Amino acid sequence: MADAVRPVPRRSPLAHAADRLAAVSRDTGGALHLAELPFLAQIGVRLDPKGAAADAVGLVLGLQLPVEPHTVVRAGNLTALWLGPDEWLVLGPPGSRQDLESRIREAAGDAFVSVTDVSAQRTTLLVGGPRARDLLAHGCALDLHPRAFSTGRCAQTTLARAQVVLVAPEEPGAGFQVLVRSSFAGYLTDWLLDAATEWRA
Amino acid sequence: MLLIPCPWCGPRDEAEFHYGGQAHVPYPQDPASLSDKEWARYLFFRDNPKGPFAERWSHAAGCRRWFNAVRDTSTNEILTVYRPGEDRPSSEDLSLTATSQQRPATSQPLPATSQPRPGSPARPAFEDEARPGPTGVQGAEPPGGAEGAAPLEDGTGRGGGGDHPFRHPTRGRIDRTAPLKFTFDGTEYQGYRGDTLASALLANGVIQTGTSIKLGRPRGIFSAGVEEPNAVIQIEEPFPEPMLPATTVELYDGLVASSLPGQGRLATEPDPARYDAVHAHCDLLVVGAGPAGLAAAAAAARSGARVILADDQPEPGGSLLGTGELLDWVAETGRELAAAPEVRVLHRTTVFGHYDDNHLLAVERRTNHLGAQAPAHVSRERVWRIRARHVVLATGAHERSLAFADNDRPGVMLAASARSYVNRHGVLPGRHAVVFTTNDSAYAAALDLAAAGVEVAAIVDTRPEPGPWADRARDAGIEVLTGHAVTGTEGGERLTAVSVAPYGEATARREFAVDLLLVSGGWNPVAHLFSQAGGKLRYDDTLGSFVPDTCRQAVEVAGGANGVLDLAGALAEGAAAGARAIEAVGYTCEVPRLPDVAAVPQAPPMQVFLVPGAAGAPRFVDLQRDVTVDDLARATGAGLRSVEHTKRYTTAGTANDQGKTSGLLSSGIVAELLGVDISALGTTTFRPPYTPVSFAALAGRHRGALLDPIRVTALHEWHVEHGALFENVGQWKRPWYYPRDGEDMEAAVLRECRAAREGVAFMDASTLGKIDVQGPDAGVFLDRLYTNMMSTLKVGMIRYGVMCRADGMVFDDGTVIRLAPDRFLVTTTTGNAATVLDWMEEWLQTEWPELRVHCTSVTEQWATVALVGPRSREVLAGLAPTLAVDNDSFPFMAWRDTTVAGIDARICRISFSGELAYEINVSPWEALALWEALYEAGRPYGITPYGTETMHVLRAEKGYPIVGQDTDGTVTPQDLGMSWVVSKKKPDFVGKRSFARADTVRPDRKHLVGLLPEDPGTFLPEGTHLVADSELPAPPVPMLGHVTSSYRSAALGRTFALALIKGGRDRIGERLYAPVGDRLVPVTVASPVLYDPEGARRDG
Repeated sequence: MADAVRPVPRRSPLAHAADRLAAVSRDTGGALHLAELPFLAQIGVRLDPKGAAADAVGLVLGLQLPVEPHTVVRAGNLTALWLGPDEWLVLGPPGSRQDLESRIREAAGDAFVSVTDVSAQRTTLLVGGPRARDLLAHGCALDLHPRAFSTGRCAQTTLARAQVVLVAPEEPGAGFQVLVRSSFAGYLTDWLLDAATEWRA
Repeated sequence: MLLIPCPWCGPRDEAEFHYGGQAHVPYPQDPASLSDKEWARYLFFRDNPKGPFAERWSHAAGCRRWFNAVRDTSTNEILTVYRPGEDRPSSEDLSLTATSQQRPATSQPLPATSQPRPGSPARPAFEDEARPGPTGVQGAEPPGGAEGAAPLEDGTGRGGGGDHPFRHPTRGRIDRTAPLKFTFDGTEYQGYRGDTLASALLANGVIQTGTSIKLGRPRGIFSAGVEEPNAVIQIEEPFPEPMLPATTVELYDGLVASSLPGQGRLATEPDPARYDAVHAHCDLLVVGAGPAGLAAAAAAARSGARVILADDQPEPGGSLLGTGELLDWVAETGRELAAAPEVRVLHRTTVFGHYDDNHLLAVERRTNHLGAQAPAHVSRERVWRIRARHVVLATGAHERSLAFADNDRPGVMLAASARSYVNRHGVLPGRHAVVFTTNDSAYAAALDLAAAGVEVAAIVDTRPEPGPWADRARDAGIEVLTGHAVTGTEGGERLTAVSVAPYGEATARREFAVDLLLVSGGWNPVAHLFSQAGGKLRYDDTLGSFVPDTCRQAVEVAGGANGVLDLAGALAEGAAAGARAIEAVGYTCEVPRLPDVAAVPQAPPMQVFLVPGAAGAPRFVDLQRDVTVDDLARATGAGLRSVEHTKRYTTAGTANDQGKTSGLLSSGIVAELLGVDISALGTTTFRPPYTPVSFAALAGRHRGALLDPIRVTALHEWHVEHGALFENVGQWKRPWYYPRDGEDMEAAVLRECRAAREGVAFMDASTLGKIDVQGPDAGVFLDRLYTNMMSTLKVGMIRYGVMCRADGMVFDDGTVIRLAPDRFLVTTTTGNAATVLDWMEEWLQTEWPELRVHCTSVTEQWATVALVGPRSREVLAGLAPTLAVDNDSFPFMAWRDTTVAGIDARICRISFSGELAYEINVSPWEALALWEALYEAGRPYGITPYGTETMHVLRAEKGYPIVGQDTDGTVTPQDLGMSWVVSKKKPDFVGKRSFARADTVRPDRKHLVGLLPEDPGTFLPEGTHLVADSELPAPPVPMLGHVTSSYRSAALGRTFALALIKGGRDRIGERLYAPVGDRLVPVTVASPVLYDPEGARRDG
């Protein structure tokens, strides 16, 4: 939590777009909600899912790292996203990144495990509202129908022309999380705001 | 778009993947032991088979895993995928998994026609329609001795409707309460909602819509749909749009259009409308909402399967809208589909492309029909990118014409189209008609037209014995001339007369004064999409046309598109196809309620293409291209034997109607001219798009600022606020320079350079690629990829490195810092970050899986600020009180973790300018705070922000190359004068063997050198060639090389350049010449290091 009390002003990649994002909910009569979820802790973890380190890391996180492709495991305020057969992204609340990184690293011990703080590599856009799926379908080739992409799913894919990690709503009615490289976040925001124009009343 | 099955992620669009070339070509065990020839074989030679081919792919936009795939290079099918290290499946395994069996276009072929039921009514929906009295009895013989009614000009014909002289008082699906004003060729008219531009023009008595492209002949509305070759018009308002068939333009209030002489005009102003695209997925896509398509969708509607029904009309019904049949069933089915939760009905949507793995593109015209009332926030057109598990193509059939003399006059119209105008739009396309046919279908048109009040003078049927339909026509008082054909027509702006003779004779026996000639030469199934999908066509002798045969995709064809032209058959086939499709994906079908349709007795059609006629009269084949039978005869006379060749020779079928009415006619005529069977000749290839699609629709949202991603750093807003101009580097926007008031680029850059060399300057270097390389074997891994040694680097220190491809050519460079014994941070050039990471993953995953190394991109995890100049140490020291900044404590090529202005920072002492310099890395969340603190702390020293141009000048003065600017994939480290970066100790690294190839040790390779124009003010444009002599010899002029970088230097007080020059290092001091414009500029070859060659400045 140390970094939460620092005096240095922090600025998230979409701080400049906060007003425009907030206006969408009003302009669309609630059809869409867009917001940045800034400063989430994001730790990249690479390890052998069959090795002892997988269990040790799972124990310290209080969750089993998902081994089924495109799935998400949540426990408490942590979320583990499957990114590859030996790769995960662990999401935690803002301010927890140093703690999270060191806990995972310690749990891994001497095993061949890579732990990388990538909290600032991507920022997170929340895309919610009854039209969220329709909005995402403007730029995402994946099938986002609830039958194909519902709670518990995630995917790395392309949205508009940006690579993203897409996380299905945590519960029906909640929003999608779109994790996007920080340098692309402004572009993607402009793109989504343009696509949202259709639902402006 | 192909679906490629990632072994981990499953099927994904091919756009998510990178191709990696042939698989199972392992890196040689001991490259040093190979001969040049053997090494060259490894480097440059790959198999290129037709058929199954094992290749490497990377799921680049997904899980980033490399895998192998066996792809059939002739069909593009991915036969199997497997993980690296797994054996290639045997060809027996492949043949089991291959999906390339051909599927029939319908799984259960149905009889071409259903059983006749004698005595049933021909037109069930129209029984209540009052038959008018016998026509053709309007008095005296018209002038000229022609039989039949008075010509149009004299007529007081029936069926007038209000202001529309050719509108029937009751018929049609138009909304008579919604009159619409429109203008055509400067005249204002009125139509109704529900009209097309064509039907509204016909209602107003306008049939001519332009003149033909080559011959300038008057041409009129010929059809009622997308197949229209003639009535291609220009919309002038609300927004100019060229070359739209009037038959497909829905009428709206305020429409302004004009006729065209075969060619349109593009708008000269930007289109203000929005365009977009969406992705959609379904279990079943049904294309076409005619009887077969509606039945297919209805069969699937209540199963729970996800269904998309796409149709190009504003309402469902397809051909039924034109025939007026079963409209209650259409309406009821439409309501059911609209209410079904998983069914999406797309009206005004043309499916125009059918690609691999049932990926289909469609364009939805969302607001075109609203004209100026179109809401600005809704896209005008939308491209649907549909991925369907099964497809039912119910695209119907197009009627075709016949090649008879003067068959192009306004008033010549396809029979079913005329019927459609009468039934759908309540419009009479003429007053007095002759019908010319080779088949039964035109009789129904004749009867409907007669019922609506058109006087049908005669039905001219080429068949000697037309069967039961002829009796019906005679019962209705219409003369039927069996075994006859039309031999010619008269008329200018509109048809006035038709002459007729027994089929086979060219001299007219009878003449009819009519203003309308309906033609039916048979029906062509709309097999475009099926054909695009890879489907094969076969010739159906009975139908006289090509029909779908087999296809390897999950596609069925139903109804008219499959050659089933009777209504009962089409309904049954559609329902069966829809049911099969959803059952194949696991849903249970509910049998839809199909209307009871009486089958009508049919007589077989006669296959006719060419009709003899008056000598010298043109017989048109392709109306839009003005191609005649004589043109085709010239083509075959010139020796062309394929319809693909006659098409290109004559341009038949190449207009924007893509030969929908002329394609088969051309094939038939060419076959006759060549004396071969049409089934052997085939058709030309069907390619997307089925109908023209605007570029604006294809571009969608990807235009203007959203054309391509714009990547920015955490400091971007500051740069904007401080007046930076930006340079595009890859997708990044990088500050180029920061002009002050009144400064041009040259002045700004000289000022920025001076600050960096004499005081202190800073730049945003955040765009450099950064890769975190972790694992016990990280040092070994980097030793194999870099030309120099990285494993010996000490923790806390930094080394510059160069990466080459296996061919020894420089591919990227950057610094490597060692964070821990098992952890490095690698930087790449801005534009190459993703490529270098892919390169690392490819070697790790495919060649060296035994190495325990992980690579992670951290480019945006860090913001980087370069603090440069002799005063940089003082600025840094003021902000980093705990950091010992003296040269001994913090030497060149070392890094330290500290805090700068209270911000956690990693500082690297590296320099890309030759000056004392620091690269300060912080979290991008705090980058602005750092930048502003530096700006404030540097103020006393005149700290100056600088951009990429200054960076380039500073590095070029030091002879530091930029990969991609001073290199081009043909340059080795040695060519750059950087032999020092190539390890002699390492047994191997990527590229090492290539440095011993005969080609890379040639003495006349191009070397990177400096160039000094003899006039210190002369600037050499980048790309300028260099020659040896002061006078140009006769071409070819021997070129010695070219300028790669060129600048004005504040430090040198002159211009200078870098260049790649043959044997350049041996030419230092030589004079060469650079052709600039008309001049040969003398230049002197110099060392590339022109500033501070001793390196005295880097320590401050």
